Amino acid sequence: MSTLEIKNLQVAVATDEGFKEILKGVDLTIKSGETHAIMGPNGSGKSTLAYSIAGHPKYTITGGSVTLDGADVLAMSVDERAKAGLFLAMQYPVEVPGVSVSNFLRTAVTAIRGEAPKVRTWVGEVKEAMAELSMDPAFAERSVNEGFSGGEKKRHEILQMELLKPKIAILDETDSGLDVDALRIVSEGVNRVKSTNDLGIMLITHYTRILRYIKPDFVHVFSAGRIVEAGGPELADKLEANGYAEYATV
Amino acid sequence: MSTLTTNYLAPSGREEAWRFTPLNRLAGILDAATTMVPQNSFTASNLPTGVTLENLAMAPLSSTTDEATLRVRAAQGEALVLTIAANTELSEPLILSRIPQIAERAASRLVIKIGTHAHARVILENQGKAILAEDIEYDLADGSQLTVVSLQEWESDSVYLARHHALVSKDATFISTIVSVGGSLVRILPTVEYRGPGASAELNGLYFATDGQHLEHRIHVDHNVGHAKSRVNYKGALAGDKARTVWIGDVYIRAAAEGTDTYELNRNLLLTDGARADSVPNLEIETGEIVGAGHASTTGRFDDEQLFYLESRGIPAEEARRLVIRGFFAEIASKIGSESIQERIMERIDRDLAKVGA
Repeated sequence: MSTLEIKNLQVAVATDEGFKEILKGVDLTIKSGETHAIMGPNGSGKSTLAYSIAGHPKYTITGGSVTLDGADVLAMSVDERAKAGLFLAMQYPVEVPGVSVSNFLRTAVTAIRGEAPKVRTWVGEVKEAMAELSMDPAFAERSVNEGFSGGEKKRHEILQMELLKPKIAILDETDSGLDVDALRIVSEGVNRVKSTNDLGIMLITHYTRILRYIKPDFVHVFSAGRIVEAGGPELADKLEANGYAEYATV
Repeated sequence: MSTLTTNYLAPSGREEAWRFTPLNRLAGILDAATTMVPQNSFTASNLPTGVTLENLAMAPLSSTTDEATLRVRAAQGEALVLTIAANTELSEPLILSRIPQIAERAASRLVIKIGTHAHARVILENQGKAILAEDIEYDLADGSQLTVVSLQEWESDSVYLARHHALVSKDATFISTIVSVGGSLVRILPTVEYRGPGASAELNGLYFATDGQHLEHRIHVDHNVGHAKSRVNYKGALAGDKARTVWIGDVYIRAAAEGTDTYELNRNLLLTDGARADSVPNLEIETGEIVGAGHASTTGRFDDEQLFYLESRGIPAEEARRLVIRGFFAEIASKIGSESIQERIMERIDRDLAKVGA
């Protein structure tokens, strides 16, 4: 049982006009097995929340705390956060030319597990995980994310999540750019990892579409750098009907 | 020979061809007052059928204005000639290595002649300490295919000045991969001229300069006949104080060279402060009747987004940088065609990276 606890998190980013405050005090607690949907209009700071927790150097923490089972996440380096059990599925996964998917996956799994996976079981483990996400085995020999379609990139993110077995996963707009088939495959992958590993999920999305496949336990409305309303799945239905107009910033 | 010596004028450093090179680090190779020692220092073991290697008195096959090559030719009348008979198909690479002790200020000539429709891969291994100037000529007969991998793994105080010139005949294919990682100063002129249509040259390069190293590659492709093709792809990285690389890519398309197809590319990664990469592509076109001509040159730093992506998967920062560098070089390194040599080169780069803390 793991708990990610975000308290009064404040984050700024350097711009040409100086520091700009983006997160203005975020409070959120996610436990194993729970799915929290974070919904809000574009530019409300949802992605900043995701990247700040993962430790992207672009963001400066100006206040508050993030802990995973009591350990200070903000004091950890980026790789230590992943080793502690955090995973960020990115909206725009990065291309790494010349580094094959298989090499990348093996290096990451070795780092997370603390030892190289046994060659014999590893090949099968990757093959099976790829098959479940309807990924062509030839994928393993391609360069990381290079020339991948939007759907392929998202499947590749979920493949990593499946192999790295995090405690808490942050899915940043995983639904964006996916057609219905890809959305279903990716969502099934998320649900599979959740049920086998008792994964806690922060599901960041602009649209309610993905919530038909991944059922949230809690829905939080994000606006202007903070959570402005929280509720159960019914809150998503209200957003579906009314949009974000009533939360619009002045 | 005496004419060359009399007419020889050592460069001052202001010449276009020498303006990037620190002449005070050439150990007197270009100095008319010094003596060059003729010594063809390559050796090979177990030559297969259809292949011979012998020292022959012979005139150079090509002309040049390069001072270092002129010094070699003035001192060394004999060339070590590797001959691959017509229609020979070699399944294994031929490996030429250096003798352990090379004379101070040695002048070496190597000629590789490949007969019609023969196919071969040659690996030239350069290790140990050397103060060496070298004239290499590749003579490709019609329809032949010659792949050459030249490895500069010299010891740290070595100086190597060379011209690697290919004469590519009708329908022949020349593929060169030059790897420069060792030596204090390496300056290579990979040059190409064509002798018939359908000829093709692919020039690849990989270089990695660390503290105080000067690695210079000056490509010159002369599209002097029509319907020939050239591809140039050099990738370099630099890390450490006063690490220095120079890449010049001169491609000439003469008026007669209709149907030319050429593209050249140079990418550099500056991994630390204090390093400097010069990259000068230069395309001169005298006819518009061509298939294509282009060039690109980029110099950048580590991509923070790539590093963040890898680190966010638990990969420590140092290992992430190593992966990105290996990935950057992978396209060229795979052309070496020997996994063990490729790994040897990449491990050396890993070690150099770790040393400078990049």
